[in-house]
Amino acid sequence: MLSPVILVAAVLNGLLTGAVYGLVALGLTLIYGVLHIINFAHGALLTAALFAAFFAHRLLGLDPYLAAVVLTPLFFALGYCLQRFVISPAAHGEDRNILLVTLGLALLIENALLYAFGADTRTLNLDYAFDVVDLGIVFLAVPRVVAFGVVLAVAVVLWLILTLTDTGKAIRAVAKEKLGAQLSGIDVAHIYAVTFGLGTACLAIAACLLIPTYYVNPHVGNAFVLVAFTIVVLGGMGSVPGALLGGLFIGVVESLSGLYLGESLGQIGIFVMFILVLLLRPRGLFGERA
Amino acid sequence: MRGPSIAHIVLVIAVLATVPLLTASNVVLNFLTMALLIALVGQGWNVLGGYGGQYSFGHAAFFGTGAYVTAILQVRYGINAWLGFVLGIAAGALVGAAIGALTFRSGLKGSYFALVTLAFAEVLRILASVAPITGAGVGLLLALDLRPQAFQFQSRAPFYWIALALVAVSLVIARLIEQSRFGAWLVAVRENEDAAKAVGVDTARVKLAAMTISAAITAAGGGFYVQYFLFIDSGIAYGPWISVEALLAPIVGGVGTVFGPLLGALVVKTLGELTKLVTGHAPGLDLVIYGGVLVLVIAFAPHGIVGLLADLRARLARLKSLVLERVHG
Repeated sequence: MLSPVILVAAVLNGLLTGAVYGLVALGLTLIYGVLHIINFAHGALLTAALFAAFFAHRLLGLDPYLAAVVLTPLFFALGYCLQRFVISPAAHGEDRNILLVTLGLALLIENALLYAFGADTRTLNLDYAFDVVDLGIVFLAVPRVVAFGVVLAVAVVLWLILTLTDTGKAIRAVAKEKLGAQLSGIDVAHIYAVTFGLGTACLAIAACLLIPTYYVNPHVGNAFVLVAFTIVVLGGMGSVPGALLGGLFIGVVESLSGLYLGESLGQIGIFVMFILVLLLRPRGLFGERA
Repeated sequence: MRGPSIAHIVLVIAVLATVPLLTASNVVLNFLTMALLIALVGQGWNVLGGYGGQYSFGHAAFFGTGAYVTAILQVRYGINAWLGFVLGIAAGALVGAAIGALTFRSGLKGSYFALVTLAFAEVLRILASVAPITGAGVGLLLALDLRPQAFQFQSRAPFYWIALALVAVSLVIARLIEQSRFGAWLVAVRENEDAAKAVGVDTARVKLAAMTISAAITAAGGGFYVQYFLFIDSGIAYGPWISVEALLAPIVGGVGTVFGPLLGALVVKTLGELTKLVTGHAPGLDLVIYGGVLVLVIAFAPHGIVGLLADLRARLARLKSLVLERVHG
């Protein structure tokens, strides 16, 4: 039996990791909730954001937390353009096609990065990367605690955007009733693209939070994307609080199964849970009725 | 829509069968054998995805099972390669039926189906990368035994003909499905599942049958792969590369058509080779091209090459009638 201290440490670390998972899943679930599409390019876009954050520091000397200020609007614009000028025109409005177009984009982005930068794994050496806070019984890495706080802040800001601004109201209107929204003068194509942009912007923030303690290589996004899918399905497709809670939950599950099963088998816990949730309760734990 | 006849299939296969008589170049035969392998795996995907409209992102689950069962039976149990190959196909079909039964019973379709098939393939990949029977991270190496009885040959030509024969069988299966009542049900499921159900089609059973056939065809590709390369590991067997190639070939060639996967495989593989020729060995670039092709095909030719050819023929016919009208009028 493991000592309770190790267990507590594992749970706390799981929660910290889970928060960033939650942010990645938040972007995915937002896009799903409004556009009703599964964005297979989400992982590749996260990889791109991680590379952007990495080179912002390596080439321009920008601290990742500062880089977030620049990268977030940049990735919002990228997401907006992808949806407006690539995904939407290419898919001819068919769900099956959207699935394939985003898969094609994922291949394109991921392998363009592989071609450009090679398969090497890169890490940043920041002087604060190993700072810890002492909670008495466990130590927690400062960048990960910061990430936890920022994710919560982002979630609140996103919630405020969705409830208070006109664009946010339009997004919710389109999510609920696309045709009705269109009839009352909402530009649906624009709202779709804005939503996709918001989802992609979440990735830029997640990348800047990850890069101080994580690594980047062309395939790094894959590790996140299936986790994010699991969270989205678990939390209920399209549910924002579901994505956050699901993220925290999965973070803890991963941390504990890694502790008990070892690194490579630990991954299986997530997949098995993913399949079980899909098979037994595809609406998720927090999802609304389809 | 009327599909090609058996005579068309015989003609195409006969023409392709002459290639080893015209060239002994290992490069050419190697390239064509790989293209045929992808055509086979793609036809497997096409049965379920093309005719049935169920887009799987995890056909690696069947390819890998066919490959591993063929290899494990030989390496661990000393079973004859041909028997192993047949049992590998059966095992693939079984895995297809099992995954199909689970997913279709839960009513998963569209994006959910794509996701859950992907997850199954990943679970199998991770299991294969740690289980001792699959050689874990090291993989399985087949002993060299260059006899036809052992499904191994001195030269490339017999492999090429076997791949071609497998493709021929898959073409006939696709054509039989296309012309049968079962095929009509399958297309009905694709076009409107609720309507199909309303007129009395047992949609869950139709999808399950399609998935089983689809998995068997794809597993044959896996078994062939092992005999051809005499090596398999978890990344090759259950990796995402084969799931992508399996869907890319029929989509580029023409989804839900008999010749789509074959045409698509030839085009996609040619593009891949051309990129390698132009840029030398550049990791990732061929997949960049695949991704771009996928997006472009869906944007500009959603019915693939077969669709483009049909368009062209219709346009030529219109032009001809217009010219005739002018001449006679």
